[in-house]
Amino acid sequence: MSTTLTPGVSSEKKTQWDRVAEMDEFRLLLLAKVGFVVPATVFFIAYYFALPVLVGYFPDFMSLKVWGPVNLAYLFALSQFFVAWTIAYLYVRAAREFDEYGERIMRRLEEEGKVKVDE
Amino acid sequence: MNTTLFLFLAFIAITLGITAWAARHSGSSASYFAANRRITAWQNGVAVAGDYMSAASFLGIAGLIAFFGYDGFLYSVGWLVAYLTVLLIVAEPLRNAGKYTMADVLAYRLSPRPVRAMASLSTLTVSTFYMIAQMVGAGALVALLLKGSNISFHTAVIGVGILMIVYVVFGGMIATTWVQIVKAILLMSGTVLLSVLVMAHFHFSFGEFFGAVSQVHYTGPDGKEVVKDFLTPGLRFKPPYGALELISLGMALIFGTAGLPHILVRFYTVPDAKTARYSVVWAMVLIGSFYIMTTFLGFGAATIVGRDFITKNGGNNMSAPLLANALGGAVFFAFISAIAFATILAVVAGLTISASTSFAHDVWTNVIHNGTERAPGEERRVARIAAFVVGAVAIGVAILLGPKANVAFLVALAFAVAASANVPVIVLSIFWKRFNTAGAVCGLASGLVASIVLIFIGPSIMGNDAVHIIKHAPIFPLENPGILSIPIGFAGALFGTFLGGREPLAEAKFTELEVRANTGLGAEKATAH
Repeated sequence: MSTTLTPGVSSEKKTQWDRVAEMDEFRLLLLAKVGFVVPATVFFIAYYFALPVLVGYFPDFMSLKVWGPVNLAYLFALSQFFVAWTIAYLYVRAAREFDEYGERIMRRLEEEGKVKVDE
Repeated sequence: MNTTLFLFLAFIAITLGITAWAARHSGSSASYFAANRRITAWQNGVAVAGDYMSAASFLGIAGLIAFFGYDGFLYSVGWLVAYLTVLLIVAEPLRNAGKYTMADVLAYRLSPRPVRAMASLSTLTVSTFYMIAQMVGAGALVALLLKGSNISFHTAVIGVGILMIVYVVFGGMIATTWVQIVKAILLMSGTVLLSVLVMAHFHFSFGEFFGAVSQVHYTGPDGKEVVKDFLTPGLRFKPPYGALELISLGMALIFGTAGLPHILVRFYTVPDAKTARYSVVWAMVLIGSFYIMTTFLGFGAATIVGRDFITKNGGNNMSAPLLANALGGAVFFAFISAIAFATILAVVAGLTISASTSFAHDVWTNVIHNGTERAPGEERRVARIAAFVVGAVAIGVAILLGPKANVAFLVALAFAVAASANVPVIVLSIFWKRFNTAGAVCGLASGLVASIVLIFIGPSIMGNDAVHIIKHAPIFPLENPGILSIPIGFAGALFGTFLGGREPLAEAKFTELEVRANTGLGAEKATAH
């Protein structure tokens, strides 16, 4: 429990947050996160709301039978589960890169001796 | 003593054992409120699933599918996809920047007292409304499941209420977590077993299964037998407002889940943001598998048991237990009933701890006493008293409403408030530098008020027949107000921000919050036993 970074009170500690914010690693971290999270969020929201819109406004089209009695509406609803799991998997994979940037930031701070970061 | 009652008592004995064990490890605030932040990824994932999958989903959705086919299954989809919002946007920043409650993140760079007061009001609203809905359902259900053992609605409500108070007051977050884990494991095994039995009934042939689902027989309102294809959309959500209702419901689920206080506090129980992330994935695997299996439960009940029989034997909430009875006899009925009971207890315990933590940490310590405990352990003591009071109020209100009360709208209300009040301000405070105190207070207030007002002038409360509280045609046509209340919540937050003027301190601390939220630097650490 020797983290010296407490929610910024004095101006000296605030500059340490600013110093991290100015690091290339931090900028790259934010870029990588935005690069994944924004398109992924837009996609899953669009894909999800396609379901109530299609089912609600085009019920006849969605009732088309695809496999025996199973129709498009049921298959599309079922696909939502697998799409959600796939996005979660892709996020976890992408997040390994975020964690790496995070670790590099911690290492730089430790090397510069500005903070003690305990594990 | 019948088998059902015996299994209920067995579950109570196990969970009280857990509580006694947890009570010996709940001696500090970090252990009482956050289980020492030592819960592992899989444990928290299972606990999130246990906290989330309420009786409304186990019994309610199975019943909706049994009665309305495909339209019931549409609910299932939203309950899982909602976790992408939790995973991608909320869980990690929350874990990194907060301590015990949702308000911690909001108060981080904004003026703490007004923001915490409003955030706590919203948390208490969501938790108590959701809890009252669960308690009324629990009372009616337990009385029904234990038919023949002379347990009345009142006894059942008081029993459930006392148990949840005991778990939370004595065992804190550690006991709550393990009750949720045990429940989730029971619920999953019961659902898998039931699904396998349904498929066995159809000789493990999906062709035969879906064939039966496409020709469900039941008695229509005019007394004649009808045959319906239960895979066709439109049995519940009909024109003119069916499509809008579906979209509005979807919005409340997708955005509301990430604002449910009892789910959010679970992410404070793990050591770091990375574990929080993996725990969401664990939760998604369980929750997704469960909701896919509601296909077998609901369609199974529709085809094997039949709508007519379910209507005569307790109504659509009894679909899953009656299916168990039809496929596995009295013992399996008892097992599924005990799972339903465990499900209710785990959810109400989660709601109680999040409500009492918010009162103790946000209102008592931070709003009333400016952020310091006057005596060591005060916050914990206040939380225990609050848990007791919240539980007592929930018992009282549930008894007052009685077993016949229509409480489904309270669940819709909880999700609407979470989506319209909590989520806009969480997102804006993490991502928008200019966001300020006035914006947060205004956003929380407008989301909260809009949700409540729209529910009360909607078809849940207003209608021209005996079941509605206000005898008047509904002014707002939808049961789920999300489609309007969520934009109002965001608009309120934006309006407040611009009206409030620049807040240099909040903007100055944005960098700090951004660094913390994204790197975990300075985040609350796990503590030793």
